[in-house]
Amino acid sequence: MERHILVVLPHPDDEAFGLSGTLAKHIKNGTRVTYACLTLGEMGRNMGIPPFATRVTLPSIRKKELEESCRAIGIQDLRMLGFHDKTIEFEDQDLLDAKINAIIQEVRPSLIFTFYPGYSVHPDHDATGAAVVRTVGRLPKEERPRVLCLAFAKNLEQGIGKPDVLTDVKEFLPQKVQSILAHRSQFQLAELLNTNDYMSKEIQDRFGTERFWTYSFE
Amino acid sequence: MQLINHSEVQRRIDNLKDQDLYIHLEMTTGAYAAHFDSSKHPAANFITNAIIRYSHGSISGSGPYRVGLKMEQGWIYSEGLTHFEETEPERLIMAGHDSQGKLIVSLQLSREPF
Repeated sequence: MERHILVVLPHPDDEAFGLSGTLAKHIKNGTRVTYACLTLGEMGRNMGIPPFATRVTLPSIRKKELEESCRAIGIQDLRMLGFHDKTIEFEDQDLLDAKINAIIQEVRPSLIFTFYPGYSVHPDHDATGAAVVRTVGRLPKEERPRVLCLAFAKNLEQGIGKPDVLTDVKEFLPQKVQSILAHRSQFQLAELLNTNDYMSKEIQDRFGTERFWTYSFE
Repeated sequence: MQLINHSEVQRRIDNLKDQDLYIHLEMTTGAYAAHFDSSKHPAANFITNAIIRYSHGSISGSGPYRVGLKMEQGWIYSEGLTHFEETEPERLIMAGHDSQGKLIVSLQLSREPF
Protein backbone atom coordinates (compact mmCIF):
# COMPACT_ATOMS: atom_id res chain seq x y z
CA MET A 1 0.00 0.00 0.00
CA GLU A 2 1.17 3.50 -0.79
CA ARG A 3 1.39 5.86 2.16
CA HIS A 4 0.92 9.12 0.29
CA ILE A 5 0.49 9.73 -3.45
CA LEU A 6 1.33 13.06 -5.07
CA VAL A 7 -0.23 13.84 -8.47
CA VAL A 8 1.35 16.67 -10.49
CA LEU A 9 -0.52 17.58 -13.68
CA PRO A 10 -1.05 20.90 -15.48
CA HIS A 11 -4.75 20.97 -16.40
CA PRO A 12 -8.05 20.31 -14.66
CA ASP A 13 -9.31 17.10 -16.39
CA ASP A 14 -5.82 15.60 -16.91
CA GLU A 15 -6.60 13.38 -13.92
CA ALA A 16 -9.97 12.20 -15.24
CA PHE A 17 -9.18 9.94 -18.20
CA GLY A 18 -5.68 8.84 -17.26
CA LEU A 19 -5.66 7.92 -13.61
CA SER A 20 -8.89 8.68 -11.75
CA GLY A 21 -9.64 4.94 -11.39
CA THR A 22 -6.17 4.21 -10.05
CA LEU A 23 -6.47 7.05 -7.55
CA ALA A 24 -9.94 5.92 -6.42
CA LYS A 25 -8.53 2.42 -5.89
CA HIS A 26 -5.60 3.67 -3.77
CA ILE A 27 -7.90 5.96 -1.78
CA LYS A 28 -10.23 3.05 -0.99
CA ASN A 29 -7.17 1.21 0.36
CA GLY A 30 -6.52 4.09 2.75
CA THR A 31 -3.89 6.05 0.81
CA ARG A 32 -3.84 9.83 1.11
CA VAL A 33 -3.68 11.71 -2.22
CA THR A 34 -2.42 15.25 -2.83
CA TYR A 35 -3.17 16.62 -6.30
CA ALA A 36 -1.11 19.62 -7.41
CA CYS A 37 -2.82 21.09 -10.48
CA LEU A 38 -0.56 23.68 -12.07
CA THR A 39 -3.07 25.77 -14.06
CA LEU A 40 -6.82 26.29 -14.32
CA GLY A 41 -6.84 25.29 -17.99
CA GLU A 42 -7.94 28.81 -18.78
CA MET A 43 -6.97 28.56 -22.47
CA GLY A 44 -9.08 25.45 -23.12
CA ARG A 45 -11.08 25.46 -26.35
CA ASN A 46 -14.18 23.56 -25.31
CA MET A 47 -16.68 26.08 -24.02
CA GLY A 48 -19.84 23.96 -23.85
CA ILE A 49 -22.56 23.43 -26.47
CA PRO A 50 -23.95 25.99 -26.97
CA PRO A 51 -20.97 27.86 -25.52
CA PHE A 52 -21.67 28.76 -21.88
CA ALA A 53 -18.12 29.76 -20.97
CA THR A 54 -16.08 32.77 -22.07
CA ARG A 55 -12.37 33.44 -21.75
CA VAL A 56 -13.34 35.55 -18.72
CA THR A 57 -15.47 32.96 -16.91
CA LEU A 58 -13.57 29.79 -17.90
CA PRO A 59 -11.03 29.80 -15.03
CA SER A 60 -13.71 29.86 -12.32
CA ILE A 61 -15.83 27.29 -14.18
CA ARG A 62 -12.88 24.92 -14.55
CA LYS A 63 -11.90 25.41 -10.90
CA LYS A 64 -15.36 24.25 -9.81
CA GLU A 65 -15.23 21.33 -12.23
CA LEU A 66 -11.85 20.29 -10.85
CA GLU A 67 -13.16 20.39 -7.28
CA GLU A 68 -16.15 18.27 -8.31
CA SER A 69 -13.90 15.74 -10.07
CA CYS A 70 -11.72 15.47 -6.95
CA ARG A 71 -14.80 14.87 -4.79
CA ALA A 72 -15.90 12.10 -7.19
CA ILE A 73 -12.50 10.39 -6.93
CA GLY A 74 -12.19 10.98 -3.17
CA ILE A 75 -9.00 13.09 -3.36
CA GLN A 76 -8.49 14.62 0.08
CA ASP A 77 -5.99 17.39 -0.73
CA LEU A 78 -6.21 19.56 -3.87
CA ARG A 79 -3.64 22.29 -4.47
CA MET A 80 -4.09 24.81 -7.28
CA LEU A 81 -0.69 26.29 -8.01
CA GLY A 82 -1.86 29.29 -10.03
CA PHE A 83 0.28 29.01 -13.15
CA HIS A 84 -1.20 30.07 -16.50
CA ASP A 85 -2.35 27.54 -19.08
CA LYS A 86 0.04 27.14 -22.07
CA THR A 87 2.95 28.85 -20.26
CA ILE A 88 4.51 26.00 -18.24
CA GLU A 89 7.35 25.43 -20.73
CA PHE A 90 8.20 29.15 -20.53
CA GLU A 91 7.98 29.49 -16.75
CA ASP A 92 11.00 30.20 -14.61
CA GLN A 93 12.21 26.62 -14.00
CA ASP A 94 13.60 27.45 -10.57
CA LEU A 95 10.21 28.77 -9.48
CA LEU A 96 8.37 25.77 -10.91
CA ASP A 97 10.78 23.24 -9.40
CA ALA A 98 10.74 25.01 -6.03
CA LYS A 99 6.91 24.84 -5.85
CA ILE A 100 6.96 21.12 -6.66
CA ASN A 101 9.85 20.45 -4.29
CA ALA A 102 8.05 22.26 -1.44
CA ILE A 103 5.06 19.94 -1.80
CA ILE A 104 7.30 16.85 -2.00
CA GLN A 105 9.09 17.92 1.18
CA GLU A 106 5.78 18.58 2.91
CA VAL A 107 3.84 15.43 2.04
CA ARG A 108 6.79 13.04 1.50
CA PRO A 109 4.98 10.97 -1.13
CA SER A 110 5.84 7.30 -1.62
CA LEU A 111 4.61 7.58 -5.23
CA ILE A 112 4.25 10.46 -7.71
CA PHE A 113 2.08 10.49 -10.86
CA THR A 114 2.86 12.94 -13.69
CA PHE A 115 3.24 13.03 -17.49
CA TYR A 116 6.18 11.38 -19.23
CA PRO A 117 8.35 14.27 -20.48
CA GLY A 118 8.59 14.26 -24.28
CA TYR A 119 5.78 11.73 -24.81
CA SER A 120 2.69 13.53 -23.64
CA VAL A 121 1.68 15.61 -26.70
CA HIS A 122 0.74 18.92 -25.03
CA PRO A 123 3.67 21.26 -24.24
CA ASP A 124 2.27 21.86 -20.73
CA HIS A 125 2.17 18.08 -20.11
CA ASP A 126 5.77 17.59 -21.21
CA ALA A 127 7.00 20.61 -19.23
CA THR A 128 5.19 19.48 -16.08
CA GLY A 129 6.67 15.99 -16.32
CA ALA A 130 10.10 17.46 -16.95
CA ALA A 131 9.82 19.66 -13.84
CA VAL A 132 8.83 16.69 -11.67
CA VAL A 133 11.65 14.55 -13.04
CA ARG A 134 14.20 17.34 -12.50
CA THR A 135 12.99 17.90 -8.95
CA VAL A 136 12.88 14.23 -7.95
CA GLY A 137 16.21 13.63 -9.70
CA ARG A 138 17.84 16.16 -7.35
CA LEU A 139 16.78 14.21 -4.26
CA PRO A 140 19.23 11.74 -2.75
CA LYS A 141 18.65 8.34 -4.37
CA GLU A 142 17.30 6.72 -1.22
CA GLU A 143 14.72 9.50 -0.76
CA ARG A 144 13.29 9.42 -4.28
CA PRO A 145 9.65 8.35 -4.50
CA ARG A 146 8.69 6.11 -7.40
CA VAL A 147 7.51 8.19 -10.40
CA LEU A 148 4.79 6.73 -12.65
CA CYS A 149 4.04 8.59 -15.87
CA LEU A 150 1.07 8.99 -18.17
CA ALA A 151 1.93 9.18 -21.86
CA PHE A 152 0.00 9.13 -25.11
CA ALA A 153 2.24 10.39 -27.94
CA LYS A 154 2.12 8.43 -31.19
CA ASN A 155 5.81 7.52 -31.07
CA LEU A 156 5.56 6.08 -27.55
CA GLU A 157 6.56 2.50 -28.19
CA GLN A 158 9.69 3.35 -30.18
CA GLY A 159 10.77 5.78 -27.47
CA ILE A 160 9.84 4.27 -24.11
CA GLY A 161 8.35 0.89 -24.94
CA LYS A 162 5.15 -0.52 -23.53
CA PRO A 163 3.67 0.63 -20.23
CA ASP A 164 5.06 -1.45 -17.38
CA VAL A 165 2.22 -0.78 -14.91
CA LEU A 166 -1.33 -1.70 -15.87
CA THR A 167 -4.08 -1.10 -13.33
CA ASP A 168 -7.47 -2.77 -13.61
CA VAL A 169 -9.95 -0.08 -12.52
CA LYS A 170 -13.21 -1.68 -13.65
CA GLU A 171 -14.46 -1.72 -10.06
CA PHE A 172 -13.91 2.05 -9.91
CA LEU A 173 -15.64 3.04 -13.16
CA PRO A 174 -18.47 4.84 -11.31
CA GLN A 175 -15.89 7.20 -9.75
CA LYS A 176 -14.01 7.51 -13.04
CA VAL A 177 -17.08 8.32 -15.12
CA GLN A 178 -18.21 10.86 -12.50
CA SER A 179 -14.76 12.45 -12.63
CA ILE A 180 -14.93 12.71 -16.43
CA LEU A 181 -18.48 14.07 -16.34
CA ALA A 182 -17.47 16.69 -13.75
CA HIS A 183 -15.44 18.44 -16.45
CA ARG A 184 -18.61 19.62 -18.14
CA SER A 185 -17.02 22.46 -20.11
CA GLN A 186 -14.38 20.13 -21.58
CA PHE A 187 -16.13 17.06 -22.85
CA GLN A 188 -19.01 16.38 -25.13
CA LEU A 189 -21.28 14.32 -22.92
CA ALA A 190 -23.32 12.63 -25.64
CA GLU A 191 -20.90 9.79 -26.26
CA LEU A 192 -20.92 8.83 -22.58
CA LEU A 193 -24.61 9.34 -21.97
CA ASN A 194 -25.40 6.77 -24.66
CA THR A 195 -23.64 4.16 -22.59
CA ASN A 196 -24.83 5.11 -19.16
CA ASP A 197 -24.25 1.61 -17.84
CA TYR A 198 -20.83 1.62 -16.18
CA MET A 199 -20.66 -2.13 -16.57
CA SER A 200 -21.22 -2.11 -20.32
CA LYS A 201 -18.47 -3.78 -22.33
CA GLU A 202 -17.79 -0.58 -24.28
CA ILE A 203 -17.07 1.48 -21.14
CA GLN A 204 -15.12 -1.37 -19.55
CA ASP A 205 -12.92 -1.81 -22.63
CA ARG A 206 -12.37 1.89 -23.12
CA PHE A 207 -11.83 3.01 -19.53
CA GLY A 208 -11.28 -0.15 -17.49
CA THR A 209 -7.46 -0.25 -17.58
CA GLU A 210 -5.04 2.57 -16.80
CA ARG A 211 -1.48 2.47 -18.12
CA PHE A 212 1.71 3.94 -16.69
CA TRP A 213 5.41 4.04 -17.45
CA THR A 214 7.84 3.93 -14.54
CA TYR A 215 10.38 6.72 -14.93
CA SER A 216 13.93 5.45 -14.63
CA PHE A 217 16.41 7.89 -13.11
CA GLU A 218 19.37 5.70 -14.05
CA MET B 1 -22.64 33.69 -24.86
CA GLN B 2 -25.15 34.78 -27.52
CA LEU B 3 -24.88 34.84 -31.29
CA ILE B 4 -23.53 38.21 -32.36
CA ASN B 5 -26.03 41.04 -32.64
CA HIS B 6 -24.36 43.28 -35.21
CA SER B 7 -25.83 46.62 -34.13
CA GLU B 8 -25.34 45.93 -30.42
CA VAL B 9 -21.67 45.02 -30.92
CA GLN B 10 -21.15 48.14 -33.05
CA ARG B 11 -22.67 50.25 -30.28
CA ARG B 12 -20.25 48.72 -27.77
CA ILE B 13 -17.25 49.20 -30.06
CA ASP B 14 -18.16 52.89 -30.38
CA ASN B 15 -18.57 53.12 -26.62
CA LEU B 16 -14.97 51.99 -26.04
CA LYS B 17 -13.14 54.16 -28.58
CA ASP B 18 -10.59 56.88 -27.77
CA GLN B 19 -9.53 55.41 -24.42
CA ASP B 20 -6.83 53.11 -23.06
CA LEU B 21 -8.11 49.53 -23.07
CA TYR B 22 -6.76 46.13 -22.13
CA ILE B 23 -6.98 43.66 -24.98
CA HIS B 24 -7.06 39.88 -25.10
CA LEU B 25 -6.68 38.68 -28.68
CA GLU B 26 -6.30 35.01 -29.46
CA MET B 27 -6.45 32.47 -32.21
CA THR B 28 -5.84 28.76 -31.88
CA THR B 29 -6.30 25.50 -33.73
CA GLY B 30 -5.71 23.60 -30.49
CA ALA B 31 -2.71 21.84 -29.02
CA TYR B 32 -4.03 18.45 -30.17
CA ALA B 33 -4.69 19.43 -33.80
CA ALA B 34 -1.74 17.50 -35.24
CA HIS B 35 -2.12 14.64 -32.73
CA PHE B 36 -5.60 13.86 -34.05
CA ASP B 37 -4.87 14.61 -37.71
CA SER B 38 -1.26 14.80 -38.88
CA SER B 39 -2.28 16.87 -41.92
CA LYS B 40 -3.27 19.69 -39.56
CA HIS B 41 -0.84 22.41 -38.58
CA PRO B 42 -1.09 23.33 -34.91
CA ALA B 43 -1.04 27.09 -34.45
CA ALA B 44 -2.00 29.40 -31.64
CA ASN B 45 -1.40 32.98 -30.59
CA PHE B 46 -2.57 35.00 -27.70
CA ILE B 47 -1.75 38.40 -26.33
CA THR B 48 -3.36 39.29 -23.08
CA ASN B 49 -3.62 42.56 -21.16
CA ALA B 50 -1.66 44.63 -23.66
CA ILE B 51 -2.87 48.25 -23.68
CA ILE B 52 -4.33 49.64 -26.89
CA ARG B 53 -6.42 52.63 -27.99
CA TYR B 54 -8.44 52.94 -31.19
CA SER B 55 -10.00 55.95 -32.82
CA HIS B 56 -12.36 54.06 -35.07
CA GLY B 57 -13.73 50.55 -35.03
CA SER B 58 -16.39 48.49 -36.74
CA ILE B 59 -17.90 45.05 -37.12
CA SER B 60 -18.47 43.69 -40.60
CA GLY B 61 -19.86 40.63 -42.38
CA SER B 62 -22.99 38.57 -41.98
CA GLY B 63 -21.64 35.86 -39.67
CA PRO B 64 -19.06 34.79 -38.85
CA TYR B 65 -18.10 38.43 -38.37
CA ARG B 66 -14.94 40.48 -38.72
CA VAL B 67 -13.85 43.33 -36.48
CA GLY B 68 -11.29 46.00 -37.38
CA LEU B 69 -10.00 48.60 -34.93
CA LYS B 70 -7.98 51.53 -36.29
CA MET B 71 -5.21 52.77 -34.02
CA GLU B 72 -2.99 55.80 -34.40
CA GLN B 73 -0.12 53.67 -35.72
CA GLY B 74 -1.75 50.44 -36.81
CA TRP B 75 -4.65 48.04 -36.86
CA ILE B 76 -6.23 45.26 -34.87
CA TYR B 77 -8.09 42.69 -36.97
CA SER B 78 -10.05 39.60 -36.06
CA GLU B 79 -12.06 37.26 -38.30
CA GLY B 80 -14.38 34.38 -37.46
CA LEU B 81 -16.27 35.89 -34.54
CA THR B 82 -19.64 34.26 -33.85
CA HIS B 83 -20.60 35.00 -30.24
CA PHE B 84 -20.55 37.84 -27.73
CA GLU B 85 -21.41 38.19 -24.06
CA GLU B 86 -24.54 40.27 -23.77
CA THR B 87 -24.47 40.42 -19.96
CA GLU B 88 -21.15 42.32 -19.85
CA PRO B 89 -22.07 45.96 -20.53
CA GLU B 90 -18.69 47.43 -19.56
CA ARG B 91 -16.48 45.01 -21.48
CA LEU B 92 -16.68 43.65 -25.00
CA ILE B 93 -16.25 39.87 -24.86
CA MET B 94 -16.34 38.20 -28.28
CA ALA B 95 -15.40 34.74 -29.52
CA GLY B 96 -15.62 32.55 -32.58
CA HIS B 97 -16.64 28.93 -32.06
CA ASP B 98 -16.50 26.11 -34.59
CA SER B 99 -19.33 23.66 -35.31
CA GLN B 100 -18.33 21.56 -32.27
CA GLY B 101 -18.44 24.59 -29.97
CA LYS B 102 -14.65 24.81 -29.66
CA LEU B 103 -13.14 28.26 -29.39
CA ILE B 104 -11.10 29.25 -32.45
CA VAL B 105 -10.69 32.98 -31.94
CA SER B 106 -11.39 35.53 -29.25
CA LEU B 107 -11.30 39.31 -29.02
CA GLN B 108 -11.90 41.03 -25.71
CA LEU B 109 -11.65 44.67 -24.71
CA SER B 110 -11.90 46.11 -21.22
CA ARG B 111 -11.04 49.23 -19.23
CA GLU B 112 -9.68 46.93 -16.47
CA PRO B 113 -7.17 44.09 -16.90
CA PHE B 114 -8.59 40.61 -17.51
